[in-house]
Amino acid sequence: MSKNRDVFLEPIVDNNPITLQVLGVCSALAVTTKLGPALIMSLALTAVVAASNVSVSLIRNHMPGPIRIIIQMTIIASLVIVVDQLLKAYAYDISKQLSVFVGLIITNCIVLGRAEAFASNNPVWPSFLDGLGHGLGYSVVLIVVAVMRELFGSGTLLGYPILPTVTDGGWYVPNGLMLLAPSAFFIIGLLIWAVRAWKPAQVEKDQYRIHVVHRTEAV
Amino acid sequence: MEAALSLFIKSIFVENLALSFFLGMCTFLAVSKKVDTALGLGAAVVVVQAITVPVNNLIYLYLLKDGALAWAGLPETDLSFLGLITYIGVIAAMVQILEMSLDRFFPALYNALGIFLPLITVNCAILGGSLFMVERNYNFGESVVFGLGSGVGWALAIVALAGIREKLKYSDVPEGLQGLGITFITVGLISMAFMAFSGIQL
Repeated sequence: MSKNRDVFLEPIVDNNPITLQVLGVCSALAVTTKLGPALIMSLALTAVVAASNVSVSLIRNHMPGPIRIIIQMTIIASLVIVVDQLLKAYAYDISKQLSVFVGLIITNCIVLGRAEAFASNNPVWPSFLDGLGHGLGYSVVLIVVAVMRELFGSGTLLGYPILPTVTDGGWYVPNGLMLLAPSAFFIIGLLIWAVRAWKPAQVEKDQYRIHVVHRTEAV
Repeated sequence: MEAALSLFIKSIFVENLALSFFLGMCTFLAVSKKVDTALGLGAAVVVVQAITVPVNNLIYLYLLKDGALAWAGLPETDLSFLGLITYIGVIAAMVQILEMSLDRFFPALYNALGIFLPLITVNCAILGGSLFMVERNYNFGESVVFGLGSGVGWALAIVALAGIREKLKYSDVPEGLQGLGITFITVGLISMAFMAFSGIQL
């Protein structure tokens, strides 16, 4: 049982798809100006990864090797179409805000990566947990970034004012940069730094280590 | 003509796919360690983008759009929900055809691009380009210009990042920020520089 728990918990911090594996970064950056769309996006991606892992795992013994990528792409594309149509039907405003990024779940490397690396040679239940875990790992990063950007960029969370802004008679001067593209890169960069300071095992090796010469050595 | 030029400039600088819409980030970060490979990948993206966006545009206008099948006697059919699966299929097929024809006619170019071509199928910049084309209702001419421009913009961004990363290797980056962390911050700074182009119109 503990193996299944590892499969589920590992991608959330220790092997996070965004901060360690660099997968699925595109949408993580693009939909995080507000918390609402980020939550919906996390939900959509988690659902798609879990469902695609289950479907791929179910037919893993019947898939001919050479065309497996095409089969996986078709499964993922069909699932994304379902999610897209559901969002258009029940949450039209959010679906407009997410614009092309729901469709781009198809090319989100997390989904295809997990189908290929885990689901195609593991039983159904662990595959489901693996998908769920990676979806949640992605969601955690998305939510942290979105909270920071919405809170400091417009002083609200989910549209409710938290820091009263100057324009509304409060004291907080919103940081407009937070709503623009560069801030997303900075926040994820700093987040990676924070995670690696916490888990030093994830630090990448320097390509060229600068040799520090101490004064005593030089003399 | 002026409108086309304006759209071209806009899709390269103002609405850069990589730096303002964050598309194709996975490859953008993974394949930008050397300028040579970045140039190869950039060229491949330009070619694929310039072909797939117009092709998807034709498919959308004459097969999928609401009422597009009127020429076949089916004026009430709306197949736009099939869009996503069609575009990704077209992209995969185009990449395959391109790969085969390069192998046959330009072996030198094929060897240079070799590894990157199949990777492009799952590059979000390519699918994103087609989806933006649908969302913004481009006609065929505009889609040709947009496909070319957005590909060039993405190539420009990845070459610029690779140039910086080649120099960055020798710098003393704090532990923990090395590798991925500092790359993100670099991209943030490039993206900030590209923001200076916003509002430019011809």
